[in-house]
Amino acid sequence: MAQKRKVTATVISQKQIGEQIYDLWLETKLAKNAQPGQFVAVYPHGESMLLPRPISICEADKEKNRLRLVYRVAGKGTAEFSTCKAGDRLEVLGVLGNGFPVDKAKGKRAFLMGGGIGIPPILELAKAMDEKKQILLGYRNKDLFLEEDLAEYGDVYVATEDGSVGTRGNVMDIIKAYALHAEVIMACGPMPMLRAVKKYAEQNGIEAYISLEERMACGVGACLGCVCRTTEVDAHSHVHNARICTEGPVFEAGEVDL
Amino acid sequence: MNTEVKIAGVTFKNPVMTASGTFGSGMEYSDFVDLNRLGAVVTKGVANVPWEGNPTPRVAEVYGGMLNAIGLQNPGIDVFMERDLEFLKNYDTNVIVNVCGKTVEDYLEVVERLSDTSVSMLEINVSCPNVKEGAIAFGQKADSLYDITSQIKKKAKQPVIMKLSPNVTDITEMAKAAEAAGADALSMINTITGMKIDIHRKKFVLANKTGGMSGPAVKPVAVRMVYQTAQAVKIPIIGMGGIGNAEDAIEFLLAGASAVAVGAMNFVNPYTTVEVVEGIEAYMKQYGIENVTELVGGVM
Repeated sequence: MAQKRKVTATVISQKQIGEQIYDLWLETKLAKNAQPGQFVAVYPHGESMLLPRPISICEADKEKNRLRLVYRVAGKGTAEFSTCKAGDRLEVLGVLGNGFPVDKAKGKRAFLMGGGIGIPPILELAKAMDEKKQILLGYRNKDLFLEEDLAEYGDVYVATEDGSVGTRGNVMDIIKAYALHAEVIMACGPMPMLRAVKKYAEQNGIEAYISLEERMACGVGACLGCVCRTTEVDAHSHVHNARICTEGPVFEAGEVDL
Repeated sequence: MNTEVKIAGVTFKNPVMTASGTFGSGMEYSDFVDLNRLGAVVTKGVANVPWEGNPTPRVAEVYGGMLNAIGLQNPGIDVFMERDLEFLKNYDTNVIVNVCGKTVEDYLEVVERLSDTSVSMLEINVSCPNVKEGAIAFGQKADSLYDITSQIKKKAKQPVIMKLSPNVTDITEMAKAAEAAGADALSMINTITGMKIDIHRKKFVLANKTGGMSGPAVKPVAVRMVYQTAQAVKIPIIGMGGIGNAEDAIEFLLAGASAVAVGAMNFVNPYTTVEVVEGIEAYMKQYGIENVTELVGGVM
């Protein structure tokens, strides 16, 4: 595993691409080692805010040393990031965690599933996979983002909760609506969606890899803040807990108890 | 220039340590800092058997600090000795093991298991506010603190540090009880019990409802308690609470701490420990201080 570092990154550009959704490009050497599904932790400048905010990697341009982060403003820290302009500096810790196991999809028909702010890491994953991909995206409403970027790498299907675009419902409803099939699933999204993915995968005997999130402090496996329940005793913790920042954020669905 | 300090007969190359629970067993931060540069690595608390810890969310940010309610998740002493202690043997630094338990017997079992190891000191966790049994239950009443300290002292081969809770009426009474029972040193302070409520969901942010607060916002409380305790006892104090740079560390030394530990600020800046070591050296040079021990209790 590549060494983790805290570095100063320079903002190349930022724009708003949806309701509270921002698209940020950073120049940083961390891009060199970034794998799909990994994340970085970005530090707010405000001194009252101490902890870095974990944000998934949406794209990594290894040649130009650029990372693309697409995030939602969820509090004071991300609100501060959303005001960053080209030339601004951000402290970034990375690259962190274990990403999607791209090898496991070799030669298989795959579902890449993203829900809401779980969609961004699906882009770097889609770029990294040569196989035929069915990309299933779930949004709240017609305020879509990244669907055009993703369309370059596979067949995109959209669901919206209010039915304003595509299938009414969530990513699981897309599978039913189009009678889609896959041999492997890679997914990132809110917990109810991941629970549904896990259940679907188990019922249909499909391999599935899901990316989890939890409130984090250190981001490097020291504080044990961001654990998830595991079905078996975890090799590191020796209890039924795995560190999302270190063993995850991507887990084989059967390994975790949601 | 001499940065060495001695605590209970153990020599530390400098007075900078890690605060238990914020540094794993050093492995997680060895990507960032050279552990050889530290006075000691103080490990995450370990019990006689594995502990699952609390449900999530376990951490929350608060103004100038954070709350945690990890609940002392640990892999148990067997794994700890095979893996974590073995890893730390690769480094030229003191290892201080933080020991936790639900009953006095649990603590004694861990203490005995560590007796034939290269561990330099034991830090007894009688102050974690996030578990229902043990820990803080032993650290909030002077007589129970006296009792557990004397029982551990009877069994321990290494010098014993009692880690004190700030969640008491008068921390000097606890310090005096630990000293009277034979404690070799004190660590202070553990986290201050706090709470955060999400007003939009009308829910507690932490699954445990309460958590221990740490970070820069607690530093003035910790400095005050270290100062008061240094006036009340003769045994050395390892001071901690919001230390994020050398200036913070020097405040603790001047207040009467013989050494300091960096805790939550490791999360903010993973290089903090080594920066504190270097900053103390720069301060000593600036003021022509020959021995770092000259700073201890130096406030006038």
